[in-house]
Amino acid sequence: MQITRTQRALAHITLTVSILLIVFPVVFALVTSTHSFQESFSFPPKFHVGSHLLDNYRAAWERVHMGRLLFNSTLISVAVAAGKIVLSILAAFAFTYFGEFRGKATLFILILITHMLPLPIRIVPTFELVEDFGWMNTYYALTIPFFASATGTLLFRQFFLTVPNDLADAARMDGAGPMKFLWKVLVPLSKTNMLALFMIEFIYMWNQYLWPLIVTQSNDMRVVQIGLKMLLAGEEQAAEWNVIMAGTILAMLPPLIILLILQGSFVKGFAMRQEK
Amino acid sequence: MAEIRLEQVNKRFKKHWVVRDFTLTVADREFVVLVGPSGCGKSTTLRMIAGLEEVTSGEISIAGRVVNQVPPKDRDIAMVFQSYALYPHMNVYKNMAFGLMNRGVPKDEINQRVKRAAEILGISDLLHRRPAQLSGGQRQRVAMGRAIVRDPQAFLFDEPLSNLDAKLRVQMRAELAKLHERLQSTIVYVTHDQIEAMTLAHRIVVMKDGKIMQVGRPLEVYERPANRFVAGFIGSPSMNFLNVRIAREGEDLWVDGQSFRLKIPRHRASAYRDHVDREVIFGIRPEDIKERTRDDLPEGVEPLRAEVDVREPIGSEVIVTAAVGGHSFTARVSPSMQVRVHEPIDLAVNMNKMHLFEPETGTALNGD
Ligand SMILES: Nc1ncnc2c1ncn2[C@@H]1O[C@H](COP(=O)(O)OP(=O)(O)O)[C@@H](O)[C@H]1O
Ligand SMILES: [Mg+2]
Repeated sequence: MQITRTQRALAHITLTVSILLIVFPVVFALVTSTHSFQESFSFPPKFHVGSHLLDNYRAAWERVHMGRLLFNSTLISVAVAAGKIVLSILAAFAFTYFGEFRGKATLFILILITHMLPLPIRIVPTFELVEDFGWMNTYYALTIPFFASATGTLLFRQFFLTVPNDLADAARMDGAGPMKFLWKVLVPLSKTNMLALFMIEFIYMWNQYLWPLIVTQSNDMRVVQIGLKMLLAGEEQAAEWNVIMAGTILAMLPPLIILLILQGSFVKGFAMRQEK
Repeated sequence: MAEIRLEQVNKRFKKHWVVRDFTLTVADREFVVLVGPSGCGKSTTLRMIAGLEEVTSGEISIAGRVVNQVPPKDRDIAMVFQSYALYPHMNVYKNMAFGLMNRGVPKDEINQRVKRAAEILGISDLLHRRPAQLSGGQRQRVAMGRAIVRDPQAFLFDEPLSNLDAKLRVQMRAELAKLHERLQSTIVYVTHDQIEAMTLAHRIVVMKDGKIMQVGRPLEVYERPANRFVAGFIGSPSMNFLNVRIAREGEDLWVDGQSFRLKIPRHRASAYRDHVDREVIFGIRPEDIKERTRDDLPEGVEPLRAEVDVREPIGSEVIVTAAVGGHSFTARVSPSMQVRVHEPIDLAVNMNKMHLFEPETGTALNGD
């Protein structure tokens, strides 16, 4: 099919506009984070780069112990993403390769249903459980309740179903037991899926606000999203948008770094599949 | 190297019987080919020998040891899959070494064995490539290499050539025969391709619907099919089957198709005396119906005049589909013969090579 000049121009315009729409808030946050308190309130908004960059970031960092919060958020996000991957690979492996067991289909549907229940519905019973375990204000409370992953189980199961059965048979002939087959064959083949899931779950966990808020009390156990809320301060004061934006930019950095690191292997993973 | 015995082996999936009363002994160093139409239970039989499927009943032994309860890895046999089943993320070397590593073979020895197998198969310079970077034929070799390095008691092949193009298939077929000569191992080989079966096998096992139809040397199966199914399955183009009666006229018996009559040679007639006036199925291979070039025909060759329906020249000869009365059949005639569609053709039928089958059961009537 021939692409006409108009079509090409139209495509370019659409793409440019969408990119601008997506980029605008980020740029606005970046610019605001360099303004002084007064500048951040001026109307119409200013788009020049201000001179308070360092002040704002220092303020954001010190006011809520941003370093500790970033550390906490990174730790729990990595732990949850990794935990979800491990558990869901094992679950998917059981569902795909361990013959027929009674209630297999029902069990799988049950797992999918848990995925449809949003966190706020589960929050009260989970909270009580965590409290009973004495996990309040610990990393256990921040991570373990998130480990089970219907998304991950579904993702890996669907992938395992595409792996030819002959491969499992060949491994059996080659003397590899089930766990060896999982570890030496399925896991390496799932690399791209694992990276994708890691990225999705890392960001999902990074954005958690409600649950960390109710299971932590001390400032050293708080997470980044709570820190941002703390920067917003009380209602009696005017919000210091310049500082809040600086905090927001800081909170954006770790996911961004992870994205940039993984993007390379991601592209490689897809390229490898194309080879096939 | 070892003998493989299957004793009254049955296999059922849910309510469906897939292999029935399978009894066969594959001798040490023998090359046995299981052949039959798709879905007849060949792969299932092979997988039961491998231990990848359990038997529903019956007994399988390898080298004198009953292996019903022995897991695949401990049966000391290697299998080559139709899909090759190479590990996509491992290079050729690792694909071949994986089984040895799992068995705790020392590194040096693995290295030696892989190198040697690669040499035999001519893939020495591919050892560091991944399967995705190989052609179909090369993957095939790697799959065989993975089996060879194990130096097993026996090899199992499940349609190993069916994913190759026609030319490569012929080439690999020849190499497989050579390989067997070299390895001197017991091989059970599954295919739906009767030419592969004929060219490779010491003995052929023809299967249908999970049952053994006939076991025999390739020529035996070709020349003396035990029943109509085997007769039709082995040979290409397929044997002609015509519904006829056996008629008697003085001392001679005739195959009587109403619109044609063919005399049964004396030396074969005696076996059919009991069937006079009975309905039978007359089988004759296309290669035993040729053009008639002279008036006086040799002993046992009978004239037949028919009308040409289809003419397919394939170079070396012409495949002719012709009809006489309500019967349609194929013949293989010389390309020098003038063959015109819708015109009569004079043919000569070599009745020395005829077959007769029981109409209901399809069993061959003993004419030898
Ligand atoms: N795991 C299975 N579950 C149920 N039916 C099966 C299974 N494997 C094979 N079959 C059935 O058994 C029959 C024989 O299959 P197979 O041995 O693969 O035939 P072949 O290799 O001769 O083509 C087929 O009808 C097939 O559908
Ligand atoms: Mg098969």
